[in-house]
Amino acid sequence: MENVSNISKLFYTWIILFIVWLAFTSTLAIEEVITGLIVSLIVALLSFRFFTGTGLGIFAPKKIFYLTQYFFVFIGALIKANFHVAKIVLSPSLPINPGIVEFETKLKSDFAKMVLANSITLTPGTFTVDIVENRFYIHWLEVEATDEESVYKEIAEGFEKILLKIYE
Amino acid sequence: METVLLYLGYFFVSLGAAFLFLGAFGIFRMPDFYTRLQAGTKSSTLGAMSLILGVGLMQPEWFFKTLIIIIFIAISNPISSHALARGAYKTHQKPLTDTIDAYEEVAEENDNKKEE
Amino acid sequence: MNVFFIIIMGIIMLAGVFAVIRFVKGPTTADRVVALDNLSTIVVATLIFMGFVFQRFIYIDVSLIYAVLGFIGVLTIARYLEGGI
Repeated sequence: MENVSNISKLFYTWIILFIVWLAFTSTLAIEEVITGLIVSLIVALLSFRFFTGTGLGIFAPKKIFYLTQYFFVFIGALIKANFHVAKIVLSPSLPINPGIVEFETKLKSDFAKMVLANSITLTPGTFTVDIVENRFYIHWLEVEATDEESVYKEIAEGFEKILLKIYE
Repeated sequence: METVLLYLGYFFVSLGAAFLFLGAFGIFRMPDFYTRLQAGTKSSTLGAMSLILGVGLMQPEWFFKTLIIIIFIAISNPISSHALARGAYKTHQKPLTDTIDAYEEVAEENDNKKEE
Repeated sequence: MNVFFIIIMGIIMLAGVFAVIRFVKGPTTADRVVALDNLSTIVVATLIFMGFVFQRFIYIDVSLIYAVLGFIGVLTIARYLEGGI
């Protein structure tokens, strides 16, 4: 994970930027494609050092499989979260019991932590207030447990198991 | 095929509008800043995503561009709400709570560091 | 322009009204910024929907730029609240 070569990073950035270009122009005319290849190469050369920490390794079939799995888990949690919030907002008594809890993560790379924090923000009743080193501080709408173990199990375990396989 | 896509688009657009409404209603109803942020972020993110996806389905030639906007909203909304929560805690806005506030010590520590 | 589109626009407008009420009522700056953030998301969604109703492709680009600017604006205010500007 730590030793990703610059070439790999450059190609990863180039591919991502080129896909974004294709989506923006929404055409496969040969002039557009060639211009896109050149422009995205120039931008990739300028920015690959800051853009990514992963490189081409992310396109391995196993990781693609886990990324897809993560995507579906995430969408499921997102939809559940919305019905959960809808239920609370629409009930006349407003059944909430808020509080800020904490837990410790096993993830090491900054990008993976960012993905985990964003996922937690979009899942039922929780959002990330701050990350200090590897401690997450989570605002929880209905606090069910205050000790770290059960908080971790309740909020983060499902996402982190998959993220550990992708990024570590 | 066309009509199936059209009705699917209708479905997603209605769902999106409903969730946008619920998000705004939640911001209006919730008792304190952090709970407002909860309602606002989640519902308006899924609402906007679903509405834009619906438009993308009804107008297939726009689909990829709408996809870009969906991805941008899915990434940017949680980040901005996270930044806002952190900023609000630094202005000594305490969360309404009966149970636990684990972040309090960290915030106090940061305050002390700043004073030194 | 059929009835369905008008109903959808009505619901979105109602959402906007609630967000504006929170924006006016406050009580703190942070509350107002949450309402503003929510409003900008609503405007992005509305612009794309309007672009579809009136068949104007350019609205999509406008809404993308609006989303980026709204995001940067909220980040700037958050940074200001934190005291790091």
